Amino acid sequence: MSIQEISLSGRKKVVSNKEMTFFESMYLIAIVKGLLITIKHFFRKKATIHYPEQVREFSPVYRGQHMLKRDEQGRENCTACGLCALSCPAEAITMKAEERKPDEKHLYREEKYASIYEINMLRCIFCGLCEEACPKDAIYLTISKELVPANYTREDFIFGKDKLVMPLDIAMKNAQLKNAN
Amino acid sequence: MDSTFIIEKSVVILVVFAFTMLMAMYSTWAERKVAAYLQDRVGPNRAGWGGLLQPLADGLKLFSKEEFEPNTPNRFLFFTGPAIAMSTALITSAVIPWGDRFHLFGRDILLQATDIDVAMLYIFGVLSIGVYGIMIGGWASNNKFSLIGAIRAASQMVSYEVAMGLSIIALLMMTGTLSLREISAQQAGMNWNVFYQPLSFLIFLICAFAETNRTPFDLAECETELIGGYHTEYSSMKMGFYLFAEYANMFISSTILAVLFFGGYNYPGMSWVVEHWGVNIANVFGIGALFIKLCGFIFFYMWVRWTIPRFRYDQLMHLGWRILIPLSIFNIIITGIVLLRVEIMAYLGF
Repeated sequence: MSIQEISLSGRKKVVSNKEMTFFESMYLIAIVKGLLITIKHFFRKKATIHYPEQVREFSPVYRGQHMLKRDEQGRENCTACGLCALSCPAEAITMKAEERKPDEKHLYREEKYASIYEINMLRCIFCGLCEEACPKDAIYLTISKELVPANYTREDFIFGKDKLVMPLDIAMKNAQLKNAN
Repeated sequence: MDSTFIIEKSVVILVVFAFTMLMAMYSTWAERKVAAYLQDRVGPNRAGWGGLLQPLADGLKLFSKEEFEPNTPNRFLFFTGPAIAMSTALITSAVIPWGDRFHLFGRDILLQATDIDVAMLYIFGVLSIGVYGIMIGGWASNNKFSLIGAIRAASQMVSYEVAMGLSIIALLMMTGTLSLREISAQQAGMNWNVFYQPLSFLIFLICAFAETNRTPFDLAECETELIGGYHTEYSSMKMGFYLFAEYANMFISSTILAVLFFGGYNYPGMSWVVEHWGVNIANVFGIGALFIKLCGFIFFYMWVRWTIPRFRYDQLMHLGWRILIPLSIFNIIITGIVLLRVEIMAYLGF
């Protein structure tokens, strides 16, 4: 077999410039064929997802809005080590560390915590490197399954701890589920 | 002329006018829906159930848009263009027989604005005036793209009118009348003209596509070359008038196709219904039959639009002048031979 005849894809077709017959040159048969193809699509099931009512299911590894996790007792995991900010290729994360007071033991797991933790969602590229870098399992992009909502001003896209930290009731519910298993 | 006659005609005219407007309105909705379904989408479905209020929303939007005027020396013509396009589109419906006679209040009511015996010529005449709406609009826009679009539309309509007229001559030789009412009446039962004149029907159908500026012959407004064609400079409701006229034209030409070739208001078993249930009920069914037929044609227009790509301009002219016109003349000759077959046989001595 010569190299010209090999078809790796199996779809190779030899182009032919043969003259059209009289009936072919009228195109009527071709038009009817085309009409049949389009009418088949008319009755086909539509792929549209009616967005506000139906929400498309996210893939399990979908990276959405970040979430700062709490542990089983509802304490924040983050110790403000800064590894996430260091790993961030877009330099979207800033934080300020503070020492935990004795009466804040139920709030923070370690002696040090992030008093300010901000992610600029306009800078963030949702690569997930912060999640990989975190030694304390504190930051996750995959569990929120949320899109960052649209907004009007740039300032509104800088998310502080009020938007990022996992709500306490969800943390408690997760802990209960874990205990039940 | 008595006053009841005037009242009767005014009611018929008003109903037909309102119906044409309504159909043109909902053709825009249907176009979007059909386009969406043919492309595996769902189309407009937010305004009202299944998007049925979408045409109202579109109209409201067009009304509230800024009324832009180009810097044109022909301000009067700029306003006249859409007006002509709209009025010609609406007055063609005057001669269409929407149904047979009703017997109401002790008199015969004709479901037709006027039953003139040159109805076909009237339609052709009005259709050719329709070119002026586009031509004037494109000319007065003071814009090269609009002008080219208008010229394309005009030359296309003029060329296809020839083939259209010739194709209809074969039909008229058979029916022997130009009145649409008589042509409808001749097709009672299943004696539809399309079975006797399939070639004439095909030519007329192709020409109707060209006359209404629909794909595959919508070269007057092909976006890739001419931005928007003749209505590039138009905005607000003037633009709406052009679009509306286009859909009204489509509705009218679908109706003419149904009346000329598909039996108009006739349906199988009409005489049985007249005998058993009376004339009026038979007529209501007749209107329904005509409505179904013309909706079928409107659907066909849309179906073709999303199937066939646009012609090149020289292909369009080639098809019109060098294929359709000789073909329709050939059709006339064949029809003549078939009509005069007895005489010809006698002449040849058989």
